[in-house]
Amino acid sequence: MENNDIIRPENLVYKKPALLNDSHMHYCPGCSHGVVHKLIAEVIEEMGMAEKTIGVSPVGCAVFAYNYIDIDWLEAAHGRATAMATATKRLMPDKLVFTYQGDGDFAAIGTCESIHSCNRGEDIAIIFINNAIYGMTGGQMAPTTLLGQKTATCPYGRRADLNGYPLSITPLLAELDGTCYVTRQSVHKPASVRKTKAAIRKAFENSMAGKGTSVVEVVSTCNTGWKMTPEKANQWMEENMFAKYPLGDLKDVESKK
Amino acid sequence: MAKVRGAVTVNTERCKGCNLCVVACPSKVLDLQQKEVNNRGYHFAYMAQPDKCIGCQSCSLVCPDACIEVYRVIEK
Repeated sequence: MENNDIIRPENLVYKKPALLNDSHMHYCPGCSHGVVHKLIAEVIEEMGMAEKTIGVSPVGCAVFAYNYIDIDWLEAAHGRATAMATATKRLMPDKLVFTYQGDGDFAAIGTCESIHSCNRGEDIAIIFINNAIYGMTGGQMAPTTLLGQKTATCPYGRRADLNGYPLSITPLLAELDGTCYVTRQSVHKPASVRKTKAAIRKAFENSMAGKGTSVVEVVSTCNTGWKMTPEKANQWMEENMFAKYPLGDLKDVESKK
Repeated sequence: MAKVRGAVTVNTERCKGCNLCVVACPSKVLDLQQKEVNNRGYHFAYMAQPDKCIGCQSCSLVCPDACIEVYRVIEK
């Protein structure tokens, strides 16, 4: 059987989700953001919520998320995505409202909003991309940067005595009564991509069912900021990031209300 | 015995040559172009060994730019 016999519409098993438009993504080659964008587009498409979804994009590399996924978007001030999502969801409870934030947005400048939105139990879904670095501004040290990790602003590695300890914010959120589903996933292998998709789907369904706040942390790579090839960055993430940020569900309760 | 055959198409203009699909492929089907580049100057992915493809979708799942379409057929 020749390739041309296989490449026919009836044999198609995987294609780009229609909600992901044809704009060329500005992300670096191999960036985890692209995979998560694709998963969000797939999940919204499968849920049939394209006309009823409002995303809140952050400040950071994902600031242009509204250019790539064909749904309604809001652009929040730095770190304030969960506050905007709170207002949006309260005014329009029938919409699916989610925020898409990086670690510089969610766990650094927006820590206050993040924690209080989760504590209030707003019915929103939070997609939190943690790559342990400020990627957009050129790879500076973030609160989530690992001890010993070299960045532009700690070229000899992060030191606990000088820079403090890396912030693992997701377990903190799991402690709060307002959250119903808190999980930590990654997108570096085909199996982990499938798991992350299931987690995003669950978070979106929880949001529509009014169960409380769902947080999906995606441990990601920033190969440009880490100064590695995409393949090497995935390996580095497995070896170093997963020790501090272990994968798995941290909380999954039926309902908080 | 029925044999599963697969094939992929790569949107070469969208591909950024990150090599993640090449690493993810369990049958070592894909590779990056050594000399050819697309309009943006990236060495895009292509099927170097099309006979080995099993249509498992691993490449398309890890592709950050969603430029891979997967086709699968069961050969009888």
